[in-house]
Amino acid sequence: MIRVRARSAAAAASITPVAAGSTLIDAEPRSPVRTADLVAGARSRRQGRRRVVIAILSALIVVVFAVSLMVGQTFYSPAEVVGVILGQDVAGATFTVGRLRLPRAVLAIVAGLSFGLAGVTFQTMLRNPLASPDIIGISAGASAAAAFAIVTLSLGGAAVSLFAIVSGLGVALIVYGLAYKGGAAGTRLILIGIGIAAMLESIINYILSGAGQWDLQEALRWLTGSLNGTTWAQVVPALVALAILGPLLLGRSRDLSALQLGDDTASALGVRVERTRFLVMVAAVGLIAFATAASGPIAFVAFLSGPIAARILGANGSPLIPSALVGALLVLVADLAGQYAFGTRFPVGVVTGVLGAPYLIFLIVRTNRAGGSL
Amino acid sequence: MTRTAPAPDSGVAIVRRPNRVRLGWLVAVLALLVALSLLSLAIGSRDVTLADIVAGLGGSVDTLGEASVVKRVPRTVLAVIVGAALGLAGAVMQGVTRNPLADPGILGVNAGASLAVVIGIAWFGLASATGYIWTAIVGAAVAAVFVYSVGSLGRGGATPLKLALAGAATSAALASFITAVALPRGDISGIIRSWQIGGVGGASFDSIRQVAPFIVVGFAVCLLSARSLNSLALGDDIAAGLGERVAVVRAIAALGAVLLCGAATAVAGPIAFVGLVVPHFCRLLVGVDQRWLLPFSAVAGACLLVVADVLGRIVARPSEIDVGIITALIGAPVFIAIVRRQKVRAL
Repeated sequence: MIRVRARSAAAAASITPVAAGSTLIDAEPRSPVRTADLVAGARSRRQGRRRVVIAILSALIVVVFAVSLMVGQTFYSPAEVVGVILGQDVAGATFTVGRLRLPRAVLAIVAGLSFGLAGVTFQTMLRNPLASPDIIGISAGASAAAAFAIVTLSLGGAAVSLFAIVSGLGVALIVYGLAYKGGAAGTRLILIGIGIAAMLESIINYILSGAGQWDLQEALRWLTGSLNGTTWAQVVPALVALAILGPLLLGRSRDLSALQLGDDTASALGVRVERTRFLVMVAAVGLIAFATAASGPIAFVAFLSGPIAARILGANGSPLIPSALVGALLVLVADLAGQYAFGTRFPVGVVTGVLGAPYLIFLIVRTNRAGGSL
Repeated sequence: MTRTAPAPDSGVAIVRRPNRVRLGWLVAVLALLVALSLLSLAIGSRDVTLADIVAGLGGSVDTLGEASVVKRVPRTVLAVIVGAALGLAGAVMQGVTRNPLADPGILGVNAGASLAVVIGIAWFGLASATGYIWTAIVGAAVAAVFVYSVGSLGRGGATPLKLALAGAATSAALASFITAVALPRGDISGIIRSWQIGGVGGASFDSIRQVAPFIVVGFAVCLLSARSLNSLALGDDIAAGLGERVAVVRAIAALGAVLLCGAATAVAGPIAFVGLVVPHFCRLLVGVDQRWLLPFSAVAGACLLVVADVLGRIVARPSEIDVGIITALIGAPVFIAIVRRQKVRAL
């Protein structure tokens, strides 16, 4: 057992730039005690790398967050921004930063964290990088319900979130139930999800076509996601959901890693497979639904965060937190770029969509060529 | 239903039917199409009498009832044409890719046509119907080739799952690009949006005349490749052994399907799932012989689109629901049923 562990640790170490692979291989034939030490060393190095990645991502988020508060039609100095955040009354800045930019930037982070975390959860659970909530119809379900509540029923605030979460959960259960046939097979689940997503998108289109007075910009919120005109009333439910469901998901990360080895292996390792899968799915769908009710289904963030984080992290521990951070960073940067980098103000979902599309296709090409898990 | 062993590659049940039965079904479906077309003339936000329909078909516009019948003629004709084109294209695509989930909507072909048209409108000032059609066909062809080559990389060739994923991913990608192209142009976003929602409501004989040549050529190419598609269904090796030039046959049949999809999308906007549902339904009636299946799919596709159009007028009276939305609502459950029926291994 220890020998096997050591070998896989050596393999991991030689993949990652962390040097010392050679010493590991040299050391392998020696006494088991020494091998165990080496395993412990490799593990702590991997932990170290994970910590470094998380620290760098967090720092980047803070920087971009600060920039997005300072930059705009009018530039405000860091001192002014800090003043506003601390609740002081700064002429001009209190409204612009406090009312316009702060909720927008906070929602960018909250939605990004939620999408990133939920996306990687689904990808890990279904063992397929393409099985993210935006491809298997869950985002579309939440979005259709939110659009229906807002456009057709003229509701707002908590009622919209309620609609989104009920419908997101409903869609997830329907997809899961339809795919369940003596155990839910991943491939069937993905295909059924694609079918459901197509149906829901046509419903969104219908809802929007009935709302004549809504302009294209507003409609885009429900098609690709947008942070335009964010208010605190939208941010708070998503923030609360993240605060409750996020830790719940993170607490399950060990079971999730076990699930990645396959259902049989996971249950042999003592994971209650169906129960874990159900709990994790409910939490992840909840995150998606609350974030979608606030910002719309920001395209491809749930899908992209996991693979990007895995790229940065290598095989160094659970990808959940890094993926969430990557998601937040993606949304922040894309929103900043969408607002100021082009002649037109693009909603954030269009930017992430255009950025994400080539990556998605690249990923499919690579997976297909490797004959991977598809 | 006399279901026997599933075909080795497509996983579709083989049904043998005597020609007498097939002929009977063909007559029945044609009769159904005529009946539905008459229904489509009769139903709408204004109720008309039988006398109005007869007079309206004669070209009279004396009363309001007759005038509304005359207005409903082109949209019925267009629904028949577009439905037939999409049904046939779907059957051919399923034959070419030997894939039960092939459909112009699922495989991203419609999205390719849409992006090409939107780019044409936004950047090149495209305004003529013929221009729409050519651009749509080019876009459809590029998307079809792209999705098929991405989906057939790697082990096992173009499996249904890989193709469907590649198609869904490409559709999602193209949708983002469509938005990115359309958004900065507030002046034309109205045109683009109305075209995208499309449907057959805004049909005129003028636009039908523009698209007719493309549809006719597409029909001819597709129907003529029926025999070769029969050989192809046995697998590439056996088809080659029977003297088919597999790659050529496949390319020609796919070209016919792309012509039909592109032309249909150009006049009616992207309409999904007709091409998926119809051939599966027809296979139950006439079996897997492409020489019967292809014409049958065309007629049944026309029926489905006319029904969807009529339903869209009834459900939301006095306004209308776009035919593409109705077909998606009908088609997605069928898609799911097909997925559920397949064995996981076959996916």
